[in-house]
Amino acid sequence: MGTGEENIIVVKDLVKKYGSFYANDHLSFEVKKGEIFGFLGANGAGKTTAIRILCGLSYPTSGTMNVAGFDVYSQRDEIKRNIGYMSQRFSLYDDLTVFENIRFYAGIYGLSKKEINARSARLMEELSLTEVKDKLISAIPQGWKQKLAFSVAIIHDPKIVFLDEPTGGVDPITRRQFWDLIYKAARDGITVFVTTHYMDEAEYCDRVTIMVEGRIAALDTPDALKGQYSAANMNEVFLHLARKKVGN
Amino acid sequence: MDPISISVKSITRKYGANVALDAISFDVKKGELFGFIGPDGAGKTTLFRILTTLLLPDAGEATVEGLDVVQDYKQVRKIAGYMPGKFSLYMDLTVEENLKFYATIFGTTIEENYDLIKAIYSQIEPFRKRKAGQLSGGMKQKLALSCALIHKPVVLFLDEPTTGVDAVSRVEFWEMLKRLKEGGITILVSTPYMDEASLCDRVALIQYGKILQLSTPQEVVEKFPFDLYTVSSGDIYNLLNDMKNFPGMKSCYAFGQSAHVAFQKGTLNENSLREFLLKKEHPKVEIENIQANIEDCFMELMDK
Repeated sequence: MGTGEENIIVVKDLVKKYGSFYANDHLSFEVKKGEIFGFLGANGAGKTTAIRILCGLSYPTSGTMNVAGFDVYSQRDEIKRNIGYMSQRFSLYDDLTVFENIRFYAGIYGLSKKEINARSARLMEELSLTEVKDKLISAIPQGWKQKLAFSVAIIHDPKIVFLDEPTGGVDPITRRQFWDLIYKAARDGITVFVTTHYMDEAEYCDRVTIMVEGRIAALDTPDALKGQYSAANMNEVFLHLARKKVGN
Repeated sequence: MDPISISVKSITRKYGANVALDAISFDVKKGELFGFIGPDGAGKTTLFRILTTLLLPDAGEATVEGLDVVQDYKQVRKIAGYMPGKFSLYMDLTVEENLKFYATIFGTTIEENYDLIKAIYSQIEPFRKRKAGQLSGGMKQKLALSCALIHKPVVLFLDEPTTGVDAVSRVEFWEMLKRLKEGGITILVSTPYMDEASLCDRVALIQYGKILQLSTPQEVVEKFPFDLYTVSSGDIYNLLNDMKNFPGMKSCYAFGQSAHVAFQKGTLNENSLREFLLKKEHPKVEIENIQANIEDCFMELMDK
């Protein structure tokens, strides 16, 4: 996981301003290929703003950014084709079946009909969903939905997958099974960029960055951060960094 | 016997074929801070909507302060405060306007019950002219809580008030709840965060519309039926896989960089486990007997 040297995301001095308010205040960082990169921060710290820019959904005010080899100013469509995205809020369609959802997303990601058929079958087998392929998403258990949503987000073998609080409100067993899928994807070379409010999940990441008030307050491996702040776990590191600043 | 604030008897509610609540029964004592702990889909929101008179049960009965939630719904609404799961206030009204609106609807004023909300509202008061839609998650929570309290409710229903909120704001929010409880309000809270269970007087662990267990947090962890150990080796991924092959292992779950492993009471030989892992080339092995936490208990109950 994350032992390659190639950088898949390069961000230099990313600034996003709304009027005089700096949502992102000169962010600089790199993410290596195959890394599991944790992007943490208090609410309002600027995480979603930064992710939207990296996904090609929003323009930065200034700075240079390269995602999967493409420039965020001029090559947004190419970025979108080479990434996957999954969030708690935006996921599968409740009123479509398991199979219809897979086929829909695979189509959106530009896979050919032949590829769609082959990958759908493989995906459903891997997740043991073949028997329920014609059931509506609203009718399958939450745990299966989560795992399916993730697998669909990477069905086109993207270079990077962005996960925005993917395990929010999910039961503790499913959360861990979900991270098994993340590990597997990372081992297969997909870079995982994940935000979460579960601090134990921060420990599963290769490196973690913590944003406070639009800036990066920390960026290192969980072990290094725990050592630096004499913390027993990532929760303590986070509280130490974010507590004083969360005045509003 | 402590006086009862909320009484629920065999409440069932279905959505089509989906049984959201399956003959649930429990009581909440006056002045208690009672937690409903469970993931999405467990039935928490459905239960809260029934108790706040926003949804009818299919079967069963419930009373809030002696008032029936169906027959006496108008009176229940006067004495209950409700903070629903999603931010429900008006994004295009300011902080102050939202609070004034709620006070007016309940026939009171901000000034009349200001003492009750002061500790919370004073933190967002500097931003009172800001539109609610422009507040951060933590601030929205504080505003929603202030609005739920403005009419001095006897019972407070908080449906996932800390979901999607960062760890710092979560801690602050629970500190506020403790202070409210000291004021004598009965508080019913739901949350998917297992660690918040320990902050409640009593908890009900809920999954798939059923209560798995109901007691004090301390009793929940004491009832954990196995010996529990943290095992770490510097290689969590392979550790999880290797533990699957160790005889007598009842369950093994990752908790950050170590695993929580359960064994039938009195059966683990720590040296055997250590040797087993060292043979599999784990760089180092640390094993420690620990008490289960709420999350360990919840997973064990789920697994049945």
